[in-house]
Amino acid sequence: MTCWDPRIEEMSKDDLQALQYKHLKTLVYKLYSFSPFYHGRMKAANVHPDDIRSLQDIVKLPFMYKKDLRDNYPDKMFLGGQDELVRYHVSSGTTGKPTVVGYTQNDLNNWSESVARALTSIGLGRKDIIQISYGYGLFTGGLGLHYGAERIGATVVPASVGNTERQIELIQDLNVTAICCTPSYMVHLAETSKKMGVDIAKDTRLRTAVLGAEPWSEKMRRRIKELTGVKAYDIYGTSELSGPLFTECTEQNGIHVWGDLAYVEVLDPETGEQLGPGEKGELVVTMLQKEALPMIRYRIGDITSYDDSVCPCGRSHVRISRISGRVDDMLIIRGINVFPSQVEHTLLGIPELGEHFQIEVDRKGALDTMLVRVELKPTAFSDKVNDMMSIKNKVAHALHSSLNIAAEVELMEPGTLTRFEGKAKRVVDRRSFE
Amino acid sequence: MSYTIKQISIFAENRPGRLAAIADALEEEKINIYAFSIAEASGFGIIRALVSDPAKAHSKLTQLGYAVSFTDVIGVKMRDEPGGLKDIARIVGETGINIEYAYAYSGKKEAVLVVRVDQVEDAIRALQANGVHLLHESELA
Ligand SMILES: [Zn+2]
Repeated sequence: MTCWDPRIEEMSKDDLQALQYKHLKTLVYKLYSFSPFYHGRMKAANVHPDDIRSLQDIVKLPFMYKKDLRDNYPDKMFLGGQDELVRYHVSSGTTGKPTVVGYTQNDLNNWSESVARALTSIGLGRKDIIQISYGYGLFTGGLGLHYGAERIGATVVPASVGNTERQIELIQDLNVTAICCTPSYMVHLAETSKKMGVDIAKDTRLRTAVLGAEPWSEKMRRRIKELTGVKAYDIYGTSELSGPLFTECTEQNGIHVWGDLAYVEVLDPETGEQLGPGEKGELVVTMLQKEALPMIRYRIGDITSYDDSVCPCGRSHVRISRISGRVDDMLIIRGINVFPSQVEHTLLGIPELGEHFQIEVDRKGALDTMLVRVELKPTAFSDKVNDMMSIKNKVAHALHSSLNIAAEVELMEPGTLTRFEGKAKRVVDRRSFE
Repeated sequence: MSYTIKQISIFAENRPGRLAAIADALEEEKINIYAFSIAEASGFGIIRALVSDPAKAHSKLTQLGYAVSFTDVIGVKMRDEPGGLKDIARIVGETGINIEYAYAYSGKKEAVLVVRVDQVEDAIRALQANGVHLLHESELA
């Protein structure tokens, strides 16, 4: 497998850690000296840059939060002057003020470099024609992928969003081989092309999709493959970290996070303690080389786990799993962290059930109880009580083994659980914590 | 002449009014309920019924979103007097038929035990060989 930058991508773990430590040390001194915001944070936490004597000492450093960016709107957390900046991106916050991110020329270079490595890792290169169907403008998706794709010498079709029929014509007429867009837009594109009588697998050269900016699943990946024959890859990044930065490689077994650019930790969201490989928790990222808006131990709020073994593709850089939820959605039941997305994932694997569910958490005496209501699929119904009990037990068993906590299961008549538009309110927490 | 009878079975949550809702829906279609039973398990119930038009009942309830299925059952005629059930139970026991579930109702002429078994045709043959009288679907009304 070819690498964009083999020297970095196939670097030994030891060398990579030494490089990360060097960058971290520089970053901490710079922030302590020049960022009033982070200087204050470090003082409050009683840490001095001299206390950082190894990469592991990163745990001594205070966290940064989304709220910090809002509180310091628009640019009070920036380092250096306006003349250093070459671009702004602005993310629209669903709550409160937007977040402004500034970039120096080096920031843009590193961002493009990161995307160039990522696109190369999924097999794209000079012979590819890449349609960028993310929004161009204040949003980071369009321009981020645009410069990364140009860097690897691919031919870019800057289609941006909207006018799906025109997009499909472009894919046909310009022999587009790869598309970058949201997973829901990819499905929409597949459905629209079908209506137009265009068979993507036969009538176009589109074979690769780079999908991100919203949560998606393995189930959607299979659906896209079935509908279009296109192999879909997960891309990750948020505007605070620059924008879309990292993707899966052709192994499709985790997203490579380039260690020279970013240091990854996965923490228990409650205690802030670091978790080990494979354990699900909150992703915390330190951007090691960002200049205009440095981010140290930034608590993004996304749930993932990491794998730091060397990938079969040869790259030594840590891999994070598909984002499986948000910290805000997390429930703590009998001391165990439970994510609604885990419940959803488990239920999706049981063919006797419909796709809707509800989680009800209550407290009986000192004990938390969790009830999962699921709809029975009409075709799975049997007139025998034993058959129905075994479906119920199967669900309870599957939940217990994936959540590590016992859940009551209630089988519901099909169609009886409330349907929600948009983000489903699937959790009812009746506990009072006074 | 076949002695299998089509029963409709309906999945129902354990909450008040489910049976009434189902009965209302059938009444709306002018479907008579001849016999029914409810099996309750933890958190859910299964309603089983013999009705005048099983196909119509099935499509109506499916349309309303219920999980419904057809099940072939056997109607065993009993003497409507003390000991009637005991006789049948003894014969069934001797034939070695494995009964999934059974429920009784009082028919036009006699009491009937509705029996759900896995091997319906085998059970019919065994019961008849032992002199048991079975109910034909046409005798339901
Ligand atoms: Zn890899």
